[in-house]
Amino acid sequence: MDYIIIIISAIFVNNIVLNQFFGICPFIGVSSKVETSAGMAGAVTFVMVIATIVTYLLQKYVLDAYGIAFMQTITFIFVIAALVQLVEIILKKVSPALYQALGIFLPLITTNCAVLGVAILAVQKDYNLMESVVFAISNAIGFGLALIIFAGLREHMDMVNIPKGMKGVPIAFVVAGLLALAFMGFAGLV
Amino acid sequence: MSQWKNFSKGFFKENAVFVLFLGLCPTLGVTTSAINGLGMGLATTFVLVMSNLVVSLVKSQIPDKVRIPSFIVIIASFVTMVELLMQAYVPALFEQLGLFIPLIVVNCLVLGRAEAFASKNSVFSSIIDGLGMGLGFAMALTILGGVREILGSGSIFGFKFIEGDGMLVFVLAPGAFIALGYLIVLINKINKKTA
Repeated sequence: MDYIIIIISAIFVNNIVLNQFFGICPFIGVSSKVETSAGMAGAVTFVMVIATIVTYLLQKYVLDAYGIAFMQTITFIFVIAALVQLVEIILKKVSPALYQALGIFLPLITTNCAVLGVAILAVQKDYNLMESVVFAISNAIGFGLALIIFAGLREHMDMVNIPKGMKGVPIAFVVAGLLALAFMGFAGLV
Repeated sequence: MSQWKNFSKGFFKENAVFVLFLGLCPTLGVTTSAINGLGMGLATTFVLVMSNLVVSLVKSQIPDKVRIPSFIVIIASFVTMVELLMQAYVPALFEQLGLFIPLIVVNCLVLGRAEAFASKNSVFSSIIDGLGMGLGFAMALTILGGVREILGSGSIFGFKFIEGDGMLVFVLAPGAFIALGYLIVLINKINKKTA
């Protein structure tokens, strides 16, 4: 039951992009096509889950054990940067096709605050390892969901007549606002 | 480029939020009131100036291949300092900004300036650049926070000027997106006129 609450709350009620404002840069930046959004969502899911597991173990067995919790920010970001690099190297060898498809999105994940945000949130919420993994997966799904819905909306927006000053990013923000308004309908679900 | 131009470009012409669209997560996340926006902006300015300073000092020592991780570690050290300082001296603001303080590390603005400016320019220009871009960012956050506070709770910097609540939606998540969208239109218009 706890897991279901974590899942629904992370995907719908406290959607990481539309409610908590993590990962806005890729949300606005790469969401002009559904396909690239799906690729980005896949890469983020992968890094987010592994990063959460590694940072959880680090927090528990290194930072807390030796009383150096103030090093959290530095340690976590270093782990994420190293992980992204590692994923890049492995993908290049194992699956060049996927590597090609993800392209520049991979290095960009380092500065996606959703990854660091979820890692820190999982620690702050005192989740155990299993809960942290579920939390990371659901947040990644929430991120992908918001990104893909938004990309779909933006593809349609290209065909609409928009006032000159609103074209591009401004109208994207207004649409994101309306989407966030729609997601507020889930509030109170959990 | 004169130092004055270097300093002032961060406010309108190359404003991080309104023109370059960098550092949007904290921009939307913390600007529920003008004072929160200002606090976040100043914290980011400090990190930006210090990281620009250190990066421009050590730029010739760092091998090209590991420069991004090195920059991130430099930035993370200053973020940790800000985190501890704010926790000690302004605990109320620290509580309000919450998770977004450690997230200054992944603010693309800070890394972006280190990579695009400080790693190529002299120490003094880098400090001026950091100060200008940082204060421009703080200005943007304060304006957005002010707009949301006026519309959302009918107050500015905590002074209430209407009875009861405002349009609550502007304090909540959707209002952040919508307010920023329209502010960008406004700034674009101003920039076009002055250009």
